[in-house]
Amino acid sequence: MRAFTFERASSVEAAAKSVASNPDARFIAGGTNLLDLMKLEIETPTHLIDVNGLGLDKIEATTDGGLRIGALVRNTDLAAHETVRRDYGLLSRALVAGASGQLRNKATTSGNLLQRTRCPYFYDTNQPCNKRQPGSGCSALGGISRQLGVMGVSEACIATHPSDMAVAMRALDAVVETVKPDGTIRSVKIEDFHRLPGDTPHIETVLERGEFITAVSLPPPVGGRHIYRKVRDRASYAFALVSVGAIIQSDGKGRVAVGGVAHKPWRLEAADVELPKGAKAASGALLAGSRPTEQNKFKIDLVERTLGAVISEARG
Amino acid sequence: MTYASTVSMKVNGERRDLEVDNRTSLLDALREHLHLTGTKKGCDHGQCGACTVLVNGVRINSCLTLAVMHDGDEVTTIEGLGQPDNLHPMQAAFVKHDGFQCGYCTPGQICSSVAVLEEIKANLPSHVTVSLTERTRISEAEIRERMSGNICRCGAYSNIVEAIVEAAGTRA
Amino acid sequence: MKFETPAKTNPIDNLKVVGQPIHRIDGELKTTGRAMYAYEWHDPNLHYAYGYPLGSSIAKGRIKSMDVAAAEAAPGVMSVVTTLSVGELGKGKLNTAKLFGGDEIQHYHQAIAVVVAETFEQARAAASLIKVEYQEESGTFDLAEAKMSAVKPKDTDGAPPDTAVGDFDGAFYAAAVSMDETYTTPDQSHSMMEPHASIALWHGDELTVWTSSQMIDWWRSDLATTLGIDKEKIHMMSPFIGGGFGGKLFLRSDAVLAAIAAKATGRPVKVALPRPLLVNNTTHRPATIQRIRIGADKSGMITAIGHESWSGDLPGGGPETAVMQTRLLYAGENRMTAMRLAELNLPEGNAMRAPGEAPGLMALEIAIDEMAEKLGLDPIEFRILNDTQVDPEKPERPFSHRNLVGCLKLGAERFGWNDRKKPGARREGNWLIGLGVAAGFRNNLVMPSGARVRLGNDGVVNVETDMTDIGTGSYTIIAQTAAEMMGVAVDKVGVHLGDSRFPISAGSGGQFGANSATSGVYAACVKLREAVAMRLGFNSDDVVFENGEVRSGNRSVPLAAAAGAEGLVGEDTMEWGDLTDTHQQSTFGAHFVEVGVDLATGETRVRRMLAVCAAGRIINPITARSQVIGAMTMGVGLALFEELAVDTRRGFFVNHDLASYEVPVHADIPYQEVIFLDETDPMSSPMKAKGVGELGLCGVSAAIANAIYNATGVRVRDYPITLDKVIGDLPEVA
Repeated sequence: MRAFTFERASSVEAAAKSVASNPDARFIAGGTNLLDLMKLEIETPTHLIDVNGLGLDKIEATTDGGLRIGALVRNTDLAAHETVRRDYGLLSRALVAGASGQLRNKATTSGNLLQRTRCPYFYDTNQPCNKRQPGSGCSALGGISRQLGVMGVSEACIATHPSDMAVAMRALDAVVETVKPDGTIRSVKIEDFHRLPGDTPHIETVLERGEFITAVSLPPPVGGRHIYRKVRDRASYAFALVSVGAIIQSDGKGRVAVGGVAHKPWRLEAADVELPKGAKAASGALLAGSRPTEQNKFKIDLVERTLGAVISEARG
Repeated sequence: MTYASTVSMKVNGERRDLEVDNRTSLLDALREHLHLTGTKKGCDHGQCGACTVLVNGVRINSCLTLAVMHDGDEVTTIEGLGQPDNLHPMQAAFVKHDGFQCGYCTPGQICSSVAVLEEIKANLPSHVTVSLTERTRISEAEIRERMSGNICRCGAYSNIVEAIVEAAGTRA
Repeated sequence: MKFETPAKTNPIDNLKVVGQPIHRIDGELKTTGRAMYAYEWHDPNLHYAYGYPLGSSIAKGRIKSMDVAAAEAAPGVMSVVTTLSVGELGKGKLNTAKLFGGDEIQHYHQAIAVVVAETFEQARAAASLIKVEYQEESGTFDLAEAKMSAVKPKDTDGAPPDTAVGDFDGAFYAAAVSMDETYTTPDQSHSMMEPHASIALWHGDELTVWTSSQMIDWWRSDLATTLGIDKEKIHMMSPFIGGGFGGKLFLRSDAVLAAIAAKATGRPVKVALPRPLLVNNTTHRPATIQRIRIGADKSGMITAIGHESWSGDLPGGGPETAVMQTRLLYAGENRMTAMRLAELNLPEGNAMRAPGEAPGLMALEIAIDEMAEKLGLDPIEFRILNDTQVDPEKPERPFSHRNLVGCLKLGAERFGWNDRKKPGARREGNWLIGLGVAAGFRNNLVMPSGARVRLGNDGVVNVETDMTDIGTGSYTIIAQTAAEMMGVAVDKVGVHLGDSRFPISAGSGGQFGANSATSGVYAACVKLREAVAMRLGFNSDDVVFENGEVRSGNRSVPLAAAAGAEGLVGEDTMEWGDLTDTHQQSTFGAHFVEVGVDLATGETRVRRMLAVCAAGRIINPITARSQVIGAMTMGVGLALFEELAVDTRRGFFVNHDLASYEVPVHADIPYQEVIFLDETDPMSSPMKAKGVGELGLCGVSAAIANAIYNATGVRVRDYPITLDKVIGDLPEVA
C-alpha cells in the first residue's frame, strides 16, 4: 500500500472538488473493497477523502412514493429497513446474500455499486490484465474463467461485476444520483451506470472524475413476488456463480436481472417480455449471443434452471 | 498534509491515543501498537473473519478499515469481553463445547457470535430468514448463516453452534 | 524406554484422568485471546522491525537482476535482502524446493527478497518497489499432459512404489463382474487460519526464533542447514500454532527470511507470509489421477484389485501416495498397486492431512460403491464381505486390531442406512436426497518421542517436551497422561510445549502425535516414579501413585514431600520395537452422509454426518471428537469445492487467497455426530491408543460423492463435485 494523505470531507462539494483536483485521490466510505485493493497495490491512491461524515446515511420516502437511499447507508441497515423489507424485498434479499455480516456492516450502498471485479487475474498484479493495466492483455481468456462472464464480454475482458445488490437495483430500476465537481447534479439510470468492457475495461462506470454518488433512489414499489436466488459453491460467504433476481406478478409478467454473467447486472427488456412463457424463453432471450468459455459455459444452463426454480417459487 | 495522523479511541473501555501511519489498519493498530494480539490476522483481506472486533457495538473486520477512520470510536476486542479468570458467557460456552481447536479464529468467532445474538435480537434479516416482514428468531440455521463470515479451518463449526445456542439460552 | 512387546496393565489403565472428557487446559487462554502465536511475541525491551517478503512473478527460470534502489530509499527501510545478495543458501533436508537464495526460480511466488523496515506499512510498500528482471524458462504445469512422461519414483518412507500379489491381470480379465474407472483429485491447500510467521533475533551467533511449526526439531535442523550454522545455536519456540494440517511440518520461508533479515539489521524481525503469497510460496497436496480396477465373483468376493496413481512434483519431490490404503483395506488374492511421478514446475507438493489416504480413499471408496452396485450388493455388505484381518499382501502379518465391520454395522444402525432408496428416488421439495457411506482407514504411525517431567516441592508436575499443539489438544492429553501416571489431578500438572530446549518429541503430523507424545510422557513419568520410589526407599514394583500421594505397602507419603526441596526429574524417550512390522497397525472408520442436491441448480448441501471410529483407546473424548468433526468438515470442502486452479500456461495456482479457494463455512456444516468404538490396542503403545486426527478425513469425501450419486443418479469421478459437473444430468426443471 502506497503512502497517502488523509482528510475528512466537510461537504459533498468539497469532496468532489478534492478528488477532481488530484488524479490520485479517492473517496473512501466502507473501505471493504478499496483497502483490499490498496493492500495489493491494485489501487494506489495518494490521497483519501473520508466521506463517512457527510450525513448521507438516511433512507427517506420520496414524494412520488419511492425511496431514496443515501449513498453511505450500510448494507446491513438497508437490508433491515422496514420499507425495503416490505416493498423492495428483492433488494433486502440480495443484500443479505452478499459477503458476510461483518462486511455488510461496513459496506455502503455506493461502494457496493462501485465494487470491482473478483477476476483472479485482476487480483494478481504479476499477471496481465487490461482492467488493471490497460493494454497488457487479458489473462482470463484461455486461463481460469469458471467464475467469469458470458455476456457482453470482449476480447479485452471477460470480468464480471460481483455485486448482489446491484442485480436487485437493476431489477428495481434504481437511479443513481450524483454530484459533479462543478456542483452539477445528475441522475443516472442503473442500466446506464455500469459499462460493458469493450476495449476499455478499466472504465467501469459512467462516473466522471470526482463525480460523487449521493444517493440511489428507487421508483414506487411494483408489488409482485420478490425472489433473489444466488447460486454458489459453498453455502455462504462466496461470490455468485450466477444469481437471479426477479419480481414476478400474479399474472406471470415480471422482470428479471442476472448476476455473475457480465460486467454489469444483466437485464434485457426482451427477456422480461418472455418471462410469462417460462424460464427457457426468458433465459434464451436474456443470454442470446452469449460467449462463454469452456469453463463457464455451464452458466447458460444454470441461469435457465435457476430462473425456472424462481418462477416455480413465485407461482407456488 | 502528512502521511500520519493522531487518533484517539476507547479500546475495551480505556482511552488510547495513537500516532499512526494513515495506512495502519485498525487490526494492526490493535496488534502492533496496542499489543492487543487477541485479534488475529488470518488473511488481512476480509476473507476469513479472524480479525472481527466490535466497533460501537457493531462487528466489523478490523483488517479492512483504517485506524485513522476510528477517531472517537469505542472498540471492543476479545480481551475486553472477558479474562481467563472472568470469562464472558460466550467464552465459557466455547470452552465447554470445545468450540475451537487451534484457537486462531476463536477470538473472531467469539466477537462475531456475541454480535450475532444482538443482530437477531435487533431483528436484522439474514440470507436464511424465512420472512422479511416477521420477527427474526434464533435458530441453528440463522446462527450458521450469520457466522459464515468467520472461517474455522480446524472445522469446529458443529461445536461452535452448540456453544452459541447455549450462550443465547443463558442470556435470554 | 523401548516399546517392544504388547502393553500389559499399566497405570494408564486406571483411567481416572486418561479417557475422561476433560476440557482443554488451554481453553481459557485461547478464548480470551491470551494464547500467544508466533507473530505476537512482544518484549517491551526489544525494538522489533518488520520484514515483508516478495515472491517471484514467474514459475521457472532465473533472475537476471534486481533493482532495489527505490526500495532501499523508501521511508523507514533498513535493509533489503534479496535472493541474489544473500547468495546460495543450504536447502533443508525435508524441503524439495529451496526457500531462499540464489538466482534460480523453481516455482511461482518463491521468495526472492525481504524488505525490513521500521513498520509493517513501510516494509510492505517498499517491497513493491523492487524491480526484477527474469530469464523465464518454459515448464510443465499440467498433470494430465505430464502423465505420459511420469516415471516410477523411489520408495516413500520405506514403501515401494509398486506392489503385486498373485496374477492381477489374469484374475481381473476372468472376473465375473468388473469395473475399470479413472478418478481425479485436484491440488488442495491446507489454508490454515494462521499464516506462516516467525520472529527472529540474534545474540552474537545464537539465534532465537518464535515460529509456527508442527515439528520443532525438523524446523530447527533444516533452518540450521539452510543458514549453514550449528543447530545447537538455534533456540526455537512454537507454543501455539494456528493450524497446520501438514503445511507447517517442514521449514518454510518465513523463518529463513526472518533470520536473515534479523542478521542484516541487528534487530528482532517479524515476518508473516501475506495470505495471497502463501498458497504458491508454501506447499500443497498434489493432484492425482487414479485408475482403479476391481474384479469379483458373482457372490461379491473380490478376486482382483488394482490401483494406480499418477501425481506430479518438482524435481526431487515425491508422489502423493494415493494407493497405500488399497494395499491393506480389502481382501482379494490378486492385487497390484503402482505410483508414477511426473515432473511438474508447480509449487512444492507435500503432505497435507492424511497424505496418500485422503485422496486415495476419495477414489477407492467411490469405486467400491460402484462395484457394489454392479454386483447388486449393498455397499456395506460388499465391504463386510471383503474385510480382512491380515495384510492382504502379506497374509502372515495380522492386523493388531481391526474392527472396520463394527464401525460399518453400528453406523448403519445409527444413521438409518436401511432407509436409503434407489438413486434419484427420494425427493423433498426442490431437493434430491441421498445417503452415502465410505470406509475410513488410516495407518497408525509411531514416532520416537521424548519428554522431561519435573516434580516440584509443591506437588506440581511440570512436563516439558518439544511436542506441539496445533489444535489437536496436546496440552490437555499430555496433562492427562502425567496426571494419571503421577496420581495427581490435571490442575496439578503444568505442560510446556514447543520449545527446542525440551526433549525432542514426535511432533504433530501423520496422526502420530497424540499416541507417540503421550507415550513419551509415559516413559518420562515411569522414570520419575522410579526416582520418587528410590528417594522414599520404596520398592518400585508395588508403589502406587494416587490422590497426590505415593503409597507402598502401608506407607503413604504426599508426592510433594517426596520431591524434596530441589524436586525430582524424570526424562526419557519412547522408542519403538518391531510391533509395527510384525503387525499392521491401522485405524478404521465408517463415514455416513446425507446430502441434498438442489434439483434446479445442482448445489449440494450436506444435511447429516456420522463418523464411527475404531482407533484404540481414546485419550480424551472431547478433543478426539473435535479432531474428527474437524476432519469431516475438511472432507466436505474436498468433496464439494476445494480445488487449486492451475493456470497451465503460467504455472501457478490462480485462486491463491481465502476468497477464491473456498473452504467450508459455518453454513456448509450440519450437526456432526461421532461415535468411538470402545476398544484398546495394546500393540500400539502403553497408552493403547492410536491416531484419530486424520482418520476423520479418510473416506468422508467419497461418502459425500456416493450420497450425491444416491441422490441424483449422477456419478462424478472428478473432484470437487461442483454443480457444473452435475446439472447437465439432472432432470428438467418445470
